[in-house]
Amino acid sequence: MTCDEAEILLHALIDGELDAGHARAVEEHIAGCPRCAAELAAYREMSKAVAGADLRYTAPLALRRRIEASLPQAPRVPNRRAVLRGFAMGSAVSAIAASGLFAIVVRNDDEARIESEVVSAHLRSLQAGHLTDVISTDQHTVKPWFNGKLDVAPPVVDLTAQGFTLIGGRLDYVDARPIGAIVYRRRAHVINLFVAQTASTERHAARIDTIQGFNIRRWSERGLNYWAVSDLAADELAEFGDKFETAMRSNAAG
Amino acid sequence: MPGRWIPAGRAPVISTNAGQSAMPVNAANDDPERARRFRDAALPHLDDVYTLARYLLRDAADAEDAVQECYLRALRHFDSYRGPAMKPWLFAILRNVCRAEYARRASSPTAPIEDVPEDAAQTPLWHDAPETPEAQMLHRWDASTIRRLVEALAEPFRETFVLREIHELSYREIADVVGAPVGTVMSRLARARAMLRSAWMAEEEQPK
Repeated sequence: MTCDEAEILLHALIDGELDAGHARAVEEHIAGCPRCAAELAAYREMSKAVAGADLRYTAPLALRRRIEASLPQAPRVPNRRAVLRGFAMGSAVSAIAASGLFAIVVRNDDEARIESEVVSAHLRSLQAGHLTDVISTDQHTVKPWFNGKLDVAPPVVDLTAQGFTLIGGRLDYVDARPIGAIVYRRRAHVINLFVAQTASTERHAARIDTIQGFNIRRWSERGLNYWAVSDLAADELAEFGDKFETAMRSNAAG
Repeated sequence: MPGRWIPAGRAPVISTNAGQSAMPVNAANDDPERARRFRDAALPHLDDVYTLARYLLRDAADAEDAVQECYLRALRHFDSYRGPAMKPWLFAILRNVCRAEYARRASSPTAPIEDVPEDAAQTPLWHDAPETPEAQMLHRWDASTIRRLVEALAEPFRETFVLREIHELSYREIADVVGAPVGTVMSRLARARAMLRSAWMAEEEQPK
């Protein structure tokens, strides 16, 4: 990779928009190029400073009222939006052709962003005292704890016999919305299982991705999206997902 | 002043070109159930839409007008909305509204806009590249200073930067909103950040 390519792609690296192969290529270039390494560090620093400052504006109340008033009036009902949007943006969106070198290296739609938020949530959870809001190895304690906190009921399955210990649950935030996290442990490794509602009831087979050294197994079934995140090896995380799905199916069948 | 905005190209997902001027509200808009669905889907994004309008127009009163017009148009075209991403859809409509406002300003002698066409903004990315680790330490500006620096960016780099850094859209979503290929979004973002960084460091040399 040349510096010219790297100087553009390092931004996609900062934004988590590169697939694993291209991310590695940029990182390899940067490891051997002090100038690009300095650029990356400076832009990371700047992005952090920008993200840390609140640059948003709040719409004036008068504007909100004017817009409300321009809508035909209807009885108000509580707004219960889906916790997370479904997996993909519409196929019309994905069908738009992108051109050039970069099109092939950028992941589709906002899956990549949500996955990187899921990894951030996992990282946050590992800080002292953040892992669990409810600590229990009993699924009948963890599951009811979520009642009233979310508009979905995350399934809580005890997998202790299969080698994955349930240690509790937590309310987290992904995509600026509350999301349920069920926490398991295997040896010294923590697994966060994030569960959110999806708009579709279609089943999506599991897929494993790697972001910042963490493995993510993502699947979707019965109207719920799942992201299992851990520093466990991919095959062990796949095993966790398989055991979880099997247990869910036998629960549903029983 | 041609070329302040890159020609729209295509916006294939989103049909927002209708109703360039305020059309009378048609009968379908009186359906309360439809209005309720629209309100639930669109109003939660009001602060986001207003924020984008502030950065695009750099004027609070113009931003309010643009946001109101945006919501009127969105309600009118709500039947053609095919979710699930409401926010980028609203952004694309807002952007069309703002282009009309830009055209109005361009014809008004009192409000020149200093933005430059894309090919005239080929600032070398290496300009001021720091040679020492010490030089990488960027001053932590407060929010109002950063806002001012961002607002000083030329279009189309400013909108790309704001959609990414403030609204946290993915490259794909930005491409859909601005009707440009993802590769263009990437190069605009790289240039936007390079320009902001130069301005950021120049700010440190300003006498306080």
